[in-house]
Amino acid sequence: MLTVSNLHAAVDGKEILKGLTLEVPAGEVHALMGPNGAGKSTLSYVLTGRDGYEVTAGSATLEGENLLALSPDERAARGVFLSFQYPLEIPGVPALTFIRTALNAQRRARGEAEISAPEFLKLARRTAQSLKIDFEMLKRPLNVGFSGGEKKRMEILQMAMLSPRFLILDETDSGLDIDALKIVAEGVNALRAPDRAMLIITHYQRLLDYIRPHRVHVLSAGRIVASGGPELALELEREGYDKYARAA
Amino acid sequence: MSLAAAIRDRDPAALPSRRDEVWRWTDLRGLIREVPPPSARMDPRDLGPGVFDHLATSSYVVANGLEPVRIEISAGERTIVALRFVSRGQGAHAALAEIRLGEGARLRLLETYEGEGAYLADASLSITLSPGAVVERIVLADDDPEAVSVSHANVKLAAGSEFGQIVLTSGARRQRIETRVVHPDGGAKLRLDGVYLLEGKRHADLTTVVEHQGLDGVTMQMTKGVVRDQARGVFQGRIVVAEGADRTDARMEHHALIVGDRGEVDAKPELEIYADDVACSHGNTIGALDQEALFYARQRGIPEPEARALLTEAFIGEVVDRVWFEGAREIVRRWAAQRLRGA
Repeated sequence: MLTVSNLHAAVDGKEILKGLTLEVPAGEVHALMGPNGAGKSTLSYVLTGRDGYEVTAGSATLEGENLLALSPDERAARGVFLSFQYPLEIPGVPALTFIRTALNAQRRARGEAEISAPEFLKLARRTAQSLKIDFEMLKRPLNVGFSGGEKKRMEILQMAMLSPRFLILDETDSGLDIDALKIVAEGVNALRAPDRAMLIITHYQRLLDYIRPHRVHVLSAGRIVASGGPELALELEREGYDKYARAA
Repeated sequence: MSLAAAIRDRDPAALPSRRDEVWRWTDLRGLIREVPPPSARMDPRDLGPGVFDHLATSSYVVANGLEPVRIEISAGERTIVALRFVSRGQGAHAALAEIRLGEGARLRLLETYEGEGAYLADASLSITLSPGAVVERIVLADDDPEAVSVSHANVKLAAGSEFGQIVLTSGARRQRIETRVVHPDGGAKLRLDGVYLLEGKRHADLTTVVEHQGLDGVTMQMTKGVVRDQARGVFQGRIVVAEGADRTDARMEHHALIVGDRGEVDAKPELEIYADDVACSHGNTIGALDQEALFYARQRGIPEPEARALLTEAFIGEVVDRVWFEGAREIVRRWAAQRLRGA
């Protein structure tokens, strides 16, 4: 599904990703772990096309299509979704309006019909309920005055409603208490599907107790320096990143 | 120094200039070498209906400044008035309107400035409220890009009265919309809002002066602007709280977005406080659209032009939402959306 090959990327002329290679097949959940500054968030922004992240070499494709040639919204319409580490507040735009605008823009880009208002509301109600979000909250401006946990849940709600093919979760566990973490993890696990893949970016192993990955990769100094099964996350939790920092 | 005097005497020396501190960003003297002759007479019956006419109980048209308008709203009466200042041609003209409200009267004043041509226009309004009167003034200014237009309103509040205002403007070659409000004793409430949406080489100046002279007055002020191309927005907000005007609650906010790198916004928020027991604040920001919010919207699949429009409309929407009169609120919301999407 996602194939990243020898990816180099720079921010402000400083190279952050230095030959990153990664394959996430359809139906699988992979975890990307690593110390602060390793380039985890940079990878998420490069894959989603944020301005200021310059790819200097390598490639990234989704189902064979070159992602790097597409604008952020085109990538989203192809099914790339990033759950932000720090979700933005959007004053003046009710969450429902924002999500409906996004969903319909994606549908138009794919040549599909727009969703009808009743159908959209039904979807929103059902999704909110499953994530234990008060539906009234969706009438308020998106994320404005929401707690950290509420914002993360709103990310998962948008993810569920937009139904992407490739999901990137950037530090989704930060700022969550254990109850919120369980709700979020359930929401994410419900989206597991044979034609969908996920990349879970996390600093700590804790999230992976609830969202079990097929593979774990260690990112250090801009490259994947180790890959393994879920046991690798446990080893990192025990022994830290030191040995990989040296390896890099 | 006033535009009205310059028009009356055809004397450019009487025009306000950059040497007047309160006119330094809206210099007329440097712009106008010669005051044009008086505007031709115009028959208001030749004009089509105004944008607010269908909401109004009565409509007044001031065409090229002729015929002063006097409106009396008697005690307890409720009414909706459409007041149109229409300018045509290359001439100069000054208009007058005087509005008085009796005790407990309620007025929705739907005021428009409409023009075609390189005219020089001045409009002077005075609005006087009796105790308990309530006014909502909605001003929609669509002057010609070649015109020079100044409107100034003097508003006198009274005990227990309420005055809500929103001015929405697309500017002119040079334009100023000025509102002066006096809060006497007795806890009147004032909402004083503005929106300027400017493109091309348009200029708009929203100037307000509020004087709190008595106890318990409330002033809530929010102005927002979006400036594109080489346009220029000016906001001057001054609130004076006189000695003894205790328990005054006054808040002023001005926020502007500059789209592109050639637009300009000049802002001067001033609080002058001579009383001890007051709650006053002001906030002022000028900047570009939040790039992070823009990326966030695009990551969710919203194409850039639509994401910009959504975020900009939301920015302006916060002011439009404060309009009390629902029917008029929808008209001004559409007006703003058209200008934001059309550019």
